[in-house]
Amino acid sequence: MATSYEVNRQKEKTPISELDPAERAKTFDEVALGYTEEEAVAEARRCIQCPNTPCVSGCPVGVPIPRFVEQVAEGNFARAYAIVKSANSLPAICGRVCPQETQCEGVCTRGRNGEPVAIGRLERFTSDWAFAHPDEAAAAMDGLREECAAGDELACSIWRGAEGAVSQDLAGKRVAVVGSGPASLTCAGELVKRGCDITVFEALHKVGGVLTYGIPEFRLPKDLVQREVAKLGDKGVSFEVNALVGKLYDIDELMEDRGFDAVFVGTGAGLPSYLGIEGEGLNGVSVASELLTRVNLMKAYQFPEYETPVYAGKKCVVVGGGNVAMDAARTAKRLGADVTVVYRRGREEMPARAEEVHHAEQEGIKFQLLTNPVRILGDDNGWACGVECVRMELGEPDASGRRRPTAVEGSEFVIDIDMLVVAAGSKTNPLIAKTTPGLEVTPRSLIVADERTGATSKPGVFAGGDAVIGAATVILAMGAGKRAAAGIAEYLTQG
Amino acid sequence: MYPIERVEPLNAEVTRMVVRAPEIARKIRPGQFIMLRIDERGERIPLTMNECDPEAGTVTIVFQAVGATTMRLAQLKAGDALLDFAGPLGNPTELEGARRACVIGGGLGTAIAYPQAKWLHEHGCEVDVITGFRNKDLILLEDEINACSARQIIMTDDGSNGNKGLVTQALQQRIDEGADYDLVLAVGPVIMMKFVAATTRPYGIKTLVSMNPLMIDGTGMCGGCRVKVGDEYLHACVDGPDFDGHLVDYDGAMRRGVMYRSFESAAREAAEGRDCNGGADGERKGA
Ligand SMILES: Cc1cc2nc3c(=O)[nH]c(=O)nc-3n(C[C@H](O)[C@H](O)[C@H](O)COP(=O)(O)OP(=O)(O)OC[C@H]3O[C@@H](n4cnc5c(N)ncnc54)[C@H](O)[C@@H]3O)c2cc1C
Ligand SMILES: Cc1cc2nc3c(=O)[nH]c(=O)nc-3n(C[C@H](O)[C@H](O)[C@H](O)COP(=O)(O)OP(=O)(O)OC[C@H]3O[C@@H](n4cnc5c(N)ncnc54)[C@H](O)[C@@H]3O)c2cc1C
Ligand code: SF4
Ligand code: SF4
Ligand code: FES
Ligand SMILES: [Mg+2]
Repeated sequence: MATSYEVNRQKEKTPISELDPAERAKTFDEVALGYTEEEAVAEARRCIQCPNTPCVSGCPVGVPIPRFVEQVAEGNFARAYAIVKSANSLPAICGRVCPQETQCEGVCTRGRNGEPVAIGRLERFTSDWAFAHPDEAAAAMDGLREECAAGDELACSIWRGAEGAVSQDLAGKRVAVVGSGPASLTCAGELVKRGCDITVFEALHKVGGVLTYGIPEFRLPKDLVQREVAKLGDKGVSFEVNALVGKLYDIDELMEDRGFDAVFVGTGAGLPSYLGIEGEGLNGVSVASELLTRVNLMKAYQFPEYETPVYAGKKCVVVGGGNVAMDAARTAKRLGADVTVVYRRGREEMPARAEEVHHAEQEGIKFQLLTNPVRILGDDNGWACGVECVRMELGEPDASGRRRPTAVEGSEFVIDIDMLVVAAGSKTNPLIAKTTPGLEVTPRSLIVADERTGATSKPGVFAGGDAVIGAATVILAMGAGKRAAAGIAEYLTQG
Repeated sequence: MYPIERVEPLNAEVTRMVVRAPEIARKIRPGQFIMLRIDERGERIPLTMNECDPEAGTVTIVFQAVGATTMRLAQLKAGDALLDFAGPLGNPTELEGARRACVIGGGLGTAIAYPQAKWLHEHGCEVDVITGFRNKDLILLEDEINACSARQIIMTDDGSNGNKGLVTQALQQRIDEGADYDLVLAVGPVIMMKFVAATTRPYGIKTLVSMNPLMIDGTGMCGGCRVKVGDEYLHACVDGPDFDGHLVDYDGAMRRGVMYRSFESAAREAAEGRDCNGGADGERKGA
């Protein structure tokens, strides 16, 4: 294990500065402030440059982690950024929202004895640094191009991945990208590199999918998302907002009337699931996407300056244990509610990113684990006033390996509330399936697509992201968008 | 941007506005709606297509100034533009096959129901239109409706047009007179639709009602527009807005409809330029 730098033997990650929990629970400002240059170098030096690079295999898009970390350790931040960019087109976003503990950091060698290298924070650092130093970042890219021209293979592979023209074969080909979440943005970015003429159709008035309407400002600043979108615009991608495909145009019309040679469907899994218990129609009860859309997309936390209102009570229960539940809980907290998360399994089973659960606890959010709501109680005016819950215990592991929770008889109790948010998962909106003859979907409306190419049962139509695999992660959506771009390129060169 | 081509007051509260939106004009059908945002700080509000002209590339909306956004909308002029105008949303009303229909409009609902009455008339259905208003000065689209109905009955709450009463009284009378409707379509306040459905229920007449819950995205994502229909929650923006009038939980819908009332009055006061601390702090002011 040869490193060009002296390894930092510290067992814990270099701490990252964060807004004070009490302060930040009142604002929507970003919680984690990011590493300084010194902190980044110190953290990068914790990497021992494992020859077998387990971390890389833990990353769904194969970021060459030791390569970029090495550059950070040496203080070559611009080059570090170029390397990250070679595999990941949205590093500022992934550095912030990837579930690193189950991906790259989960398999990092340093994690076997202490904490893993803070790969996500370093990834975030390089992209924030590049944003603050655009000229140096551009020079690093040019440098790679020159090294590549001089025959350096490593430089070539990085340069091609990050910026390089893979081939201009696709000039004149037109591709419609439906939806504008991470799957779509990645697919569009990859295809525009290849010279395609790309139009992205988004149903809402703002581009970005969940990055824009779902994940809150305090975790992922919206300016940063719009910055990535603007970069795609500069490269020639056109965006049509307010365009709900299946209503304004259907996919056949895009291909036949509007002359698109291929279509990528990245419409996500936005349809909310309910608990299916009594009282879900009461006032004060909403699904998480209503709360989050009002706050993130419509900026209701600035009502009445922004005209969309958002109701927040004083005593809120959020039902669920994923990222969506954590975001809803922390949002309700910031709107002034006292918040309790009710989740039917245990802490270990919570699918949320570990950091979000930790942040939520720091902000004073309470957890009732192994607890399941059975009915929501209403007052005479039809407002939610309580939620009856039952304690759960975990049984034997089921087929998926997760231990199945079962209710403990006679353990019912009531939590007083005036607000309840359901974060019980989401499904695929059936609109595209219903309006696209020849498109094979599963009984749950998931689009059936080839894992390698994204090709669907309908010629010329490709799909990826949550619309295909169900609610998952940003990086998996991006990986699917990238593979589909390659699949589309292949289809268009054959066709 | 979506340029406004014409603005015309229909009465003291209601405005007709013609907006340039060629792609939507090609596609939108009776019963469907759009969602608009005036500007960056604006909220998304749903408004129904009142007329569309695919050749001219325009969509007409008719709206009543009831709160902050619609009041602000009413102040815009031809030559101004809307930032966002998304549609067509929702499903076209299922009108095929009706031979004898009664279209009922309550207040502003008259403007929403007009394209359906017109479509039915143009497709060989005999259409009665019953409308109801608070007083005669608020009567909407009388000439337009005359041109597309076999019979127009206009009721007023105060009798100022000489015909005092509720739309349901007129409907009951028509049924008693032997009008053999195979479709009743009601658009208006929830309470009106509830009583229309109660009137037709004993006769088993197919009754469609157009639900108007709070909407945010209008694409089936936020769950805000859920309406209980039979045993299930449906989303008015993607499954509606029309539902089987005999299955809708009207009381639930009315309760949900007022959930944001304290915010709405705060926003209205802000829009009117008055001091507006009350209600804007997120405190629940009760229903
Ligand atoms: C609140 C929340 C928090 C999350 N936190 C994390 C996290 O911390 N880390 C992580 O990795 N993942 C997280 N996820 C999951 C992650 O955001 C998604 O897996 C990812 O965004 C999926 O990307 P996508 O491109 O498939 O679709 P989406 O991001 O869902 O985007 C789909 C877009 O398509 C549009 N659309 C839908 N139908 C149509 C149509 N017919 N016509 C036109 N446009 C249409 C939608 O409006 C939307 O903008 C979170 C999700 C949520 C909801
Ligand atoms: C499918 C549909 C079609 C509609 N078509 C028309 C139409 O053609 N003409 C018309 O005048 N009105 C129509 N409405 C009602 C219209 O959307 C509301 O009057 C408008 O949103 C009020 O906004 P505001 O800010 O002016 O008033 P506010 O003071 O905010 O609200 C007044 C009342 O309007 C309703 N409302 C408020 N916000 C919303 C919202 N986001 N979504 C739905 N309703 C809301 C509530 O009942 C509220 O109590 C329709 C509603 C729906 C759901
Ligand atoms: S993209 Fe995500 S998984 Fe891959 S290295 Fe970056 S943070 Fe880790
Ligand atoms: S596994 Fe950890 S220590 Fe090893 S190379 Fe990857 S980041 Fe460095
Ligand atoms: S308005 Fe959001 S689901 Fe209908
Ligand atoms: Mg309003």
